Amino acid sequence: MFKKATTSVNNKLLAGLITLFSSNMFAAWDDLNMTEGVTAISKEVFDLHMLIFWICVVIGLVVFGIMFYSMFAFTKKKNPNPATFHENTKVELAWTVVPFLILVFMAIPASNTLTKIYDDTEGDINIQVVGYQWKWQYKYLEDDIDFFSNLTTDWDEIYNKTPKGEFYLEEVDEAVVIPVGKKIRFLITANDVIHSWWMPDFAIKQDAIPGFINTAWTIVDEPGIYRGKCTELCGKNHGFMPVVVKVVPQDEYDAWVQDKKDAAFRMAELTEKDWSIAELTERGEGVYLKNCVACHQVNGQGITGIFPNLAGSDIVLNDKAGNIEILMEGVQGAAMQSFANQLSEVDMASVITYTRQAWGNAENGDGEIVVPKDIVEYKKPKV
Amino acid sequence: MSAVIESHNHDDHHHGPAKGLTRWLYTTNHKDIGTLYLWFSFAMFLIGGAMAMVIRAELFQPGMQIVEPEFYNQMLTLHGLIMVFGAVMPAFVGLANWLVPMMVGAPDMALPRMNNLSFWILPFAFFILLSSLFMEGGAPNFGWTFYAPLSTTYAPPSVTFFIFAVHIMGASSIMGSINVIVTIMNMRAPGMTLMKMPLFVWSWLITAYLLIAVMPVLAGAVTMMLMDIHFGTSFFNAAGGGDPVLFQHIFWFFGHPEVYIMILPAFGIASHIIETFSRKQLFGYASMVWAMASIAILSFVVWAHHMFTVGLPLAAELFFMWATMLIAVPTGVKVFNWVTTMFKGSITYETPMLFAIAFVVLFTIGGFSGLMLAITPADFQYHDTYFVVAHFHYVLVPGSIFSIMAAVYYWIPKWTGNMYDERLGKLHFWLSFIGVNVTFFPQHWIGLAGMPRRIPDYALQFADWNMISSVGAFLFGASQILFLFIVLKTVMGGKKATPEVWEGSRGLEWTVESPAPYHTFTTPPKVN
Repeated sequence: MFKKATTSVNNKLLAGLITLFSSNMFAAWDDLNMTEGVTAISKEVFDLHMLIFWICVVIGLVVFGIMFYSMFAFTKKKNPNPATFHENTKVELAWTVVPFLILVFMAIPASNTLTKIYDDTEGDINIQVVGYQWKWQYKYLEDDIDFFSNLTTDWDEIYNKTPKGEFYLEEVDEAVVIPVGKKIRFLITANDVIHSWWMPDFAIKQDAIPGFINTAWTIVDEPGIYRGKCTELCGKNHGFMPVVVKVVPQDEYDAWVQDKKDAAFRMAELTEKDWSIAELTERGEGVYLKNCVACHQVNGQGITGIFPNLAGSDIVLNDKAGNIEILMEGVQGAAMQSFANQLSEVDMASVITYTRQAWGNAENGDGEIVVPKDIVEYKKPKV
Repeated sequence: MSAVIESHNHDDHHHGPAKGLTRWLYTTNHKDIGTLYLWFSFAMFLIGGAMAMVIRAELFQPGMQIVEPEFYNQMLTLHGLIMVFGAVMPAFVGLANWLVPMMVGAPDMALPRMNNLSFWILPFAFFILLSSLFMEGGAPNFGWTFYAPLSTTYAPPSVTFFIFAVHIMGASSIMGSINVIVTIMNMRAPGMTLMKMPLFVWSWLITAYLLIAVMPVLAGAVTMMLMDIHFGTSFFNAAGGGDPVLFQHIFWFFGHPEVYIMILPAFGIASHIIETFSRKQLFGYASMVWAMASIAILSFVVWAHHMFTVGLPLAAELFFMWATMLIAVPTGVKVFNWVTTMFKGSITYETPMLFAIAFVVLFTIGGFSGLMLAITPADFQYHDTYFVVAHFHYVLVPGSIFSIMAAVYYWIPKWTGNMYDERLGKLHFWLSFIGVNVTFFPQHWIGLAGMPRRIPDYALQFADWNMISSVGAFLFGASQILFLFIVLKTVMGGKKATPEVWEGSRGLEWTVESPAPYHTFTTPPKVN
């Protein structure tokens, strides 16, 4: 493994050197630079970045040029008798005023771009983005679509047991879908701690703060799949909650919206169905691996002192009502959040049933299962 | 002047240091306390550095290999806290203790007993902080910036110990600063007016005022956290009517001046070393003083540039962008003055000069990336990526830490009476210089390419440069063992140093013999 990786470093260095001396020098540069992105704003931000960068390079060349010249020309050997000048008000004034003017020159385009970014008029489509530990929820406010977006990279890949895929740590089960050419407005907030929603290709980075709603907008003209990340430390799995946006033509978007609505209808039918233990456990295992395993671990044992053990837990063994309540309401002041809005009745029932059946819990406890109708019952307003 | 020195020589027999461990426990001597601070800070530098090695080892390759994400977060949090509060700040206080009284011609610090107290509470603060590693739920894991509510509602139980440790560190810093200010204001030798003070003294006077202004703000922030966690308040909890962003405003109102607290004394050090080895008086002394004062004042009105993405109104974003850009002006003046000091000088390249020159060049590179970060629209792309990590490590490692190393090489002959091994010193410099650049320069690139900071694992396109960065970090880390060896070797022996040590040295500390007697300037020298 180590040897292979070293070779790739060597190759990269060699490739870097070759490209450096070829005419196509900027191709390699692109991998190491900010993305230009795919929106008018992101291209403006990129130009701003390059403008400031080149100004810094020129200033650096002048200052370091004089410095290195002095270092070589005025050594004790070459210049045994140092000059004695030690102040000059005119020079000091010049190198105060000139940099100030350069800064003004930079500030003007920067302020213009910033003002454009702050145009917070209504969007054609308004999407609420909610950060959770450690996933994103997207709610389409006009179309009543609502889903969670989870990392799909396998934990075996992360723990080096299987080879890593092309989009390692940048892939999710369900991407946000938006149409081209429409003004999309994101209303960004969080459910627990502060997260930050970053999509480099749109030059959007907005903190998701519990109790507050931040806005950001974009108009994308190029269809494609764009990948970003959470950029505010939000706990253990901060590195494992990517952002994926899929930009599609309008007709494809309309079809997707229709699909989502049909799926909601089918889910309602599933809720009514009679479920067997085996069916629930099988479905529940999938739900568990997606939603619970980050804290409670594959073996259900959690992490001592931080995340409770489910294997042999009294609530999981013998307290069906309490078990449902914890998942529906979360635990105040702890990392355990409410899953009431994250999981359908079917998934909720099956994951509870799974934890009550797995790891020897069925044998040690009352073995009672939870069916979707129990959850529907729980959700009914209590009089 | 020579008469003063001679009278010291025979005073020595009566006022030598006490023997044994109690010498260090009970000491009120500024040189002893300076030594304690410096060794303490070096120990913290190694501990915080070991944590950085864990971080770089985990990031050597994509995937999780060495530690779990939970422990990784504890490492990055403690690394930051220990380096800021345990390594850089105490090192500068140690240098102030050793040098300020000698530079202003005072016999000791103005408040020697408080001096002893301000040092001896520090080890307890860090003992408490480090012991949290062994507590149930682990050490603090929310980053050295400890944003609420991750550090309140969602924090491990050890956060309470962290709060207590921060209180002690704050008390220590405030006491240290009061001591520096009182010493400089009241104990300067006759004839040493403010505008004749050595620049290191000036830099520390300004730093001490910054510390007194902002450490109480930090204490306020952690106290509010304590109230939120244990006494049911909701300062930072939106559900109770509080505001998580308020935490960030308070933290960075402390945090930004704190950044300058860690760099202003470095400005002072670099000025002394560059003029000594250029054998030419520092160019623009008065403008250097004004530049430091302007930087300090500006540092109070730029804090929200750390918060461009929290959803501030446009007017606030514009104000903080412009104010931040303005800092480039006085900082530029300092760099231009240093370069002009070297221009037409008569330069030699001993180890302190190498570190000082590297400081100027690499700190300026950190300044350039700082200017880029000030541009708000571009900051939306840079914020919380490795570009930021590269930026602040450039100003802190080859900035603050190189200046501290430069200072140690420059003044150690005065402290020990022995010259350090020049050959090994240069080797240490080159290893550190290469190590630091190989570690942090590629981080600019992976940051621009989109790698967020504070993640234990990353997407595959960042793999090559992360590996190179880790190799650089191991080199830099290992080179510091050489530094320890060089310092120990110098303490034990070496070529005897003359009183002036360096050909071009200027200032009162070079008028006393080497090593400096236990008590200096019991009769104030005359400065003209």
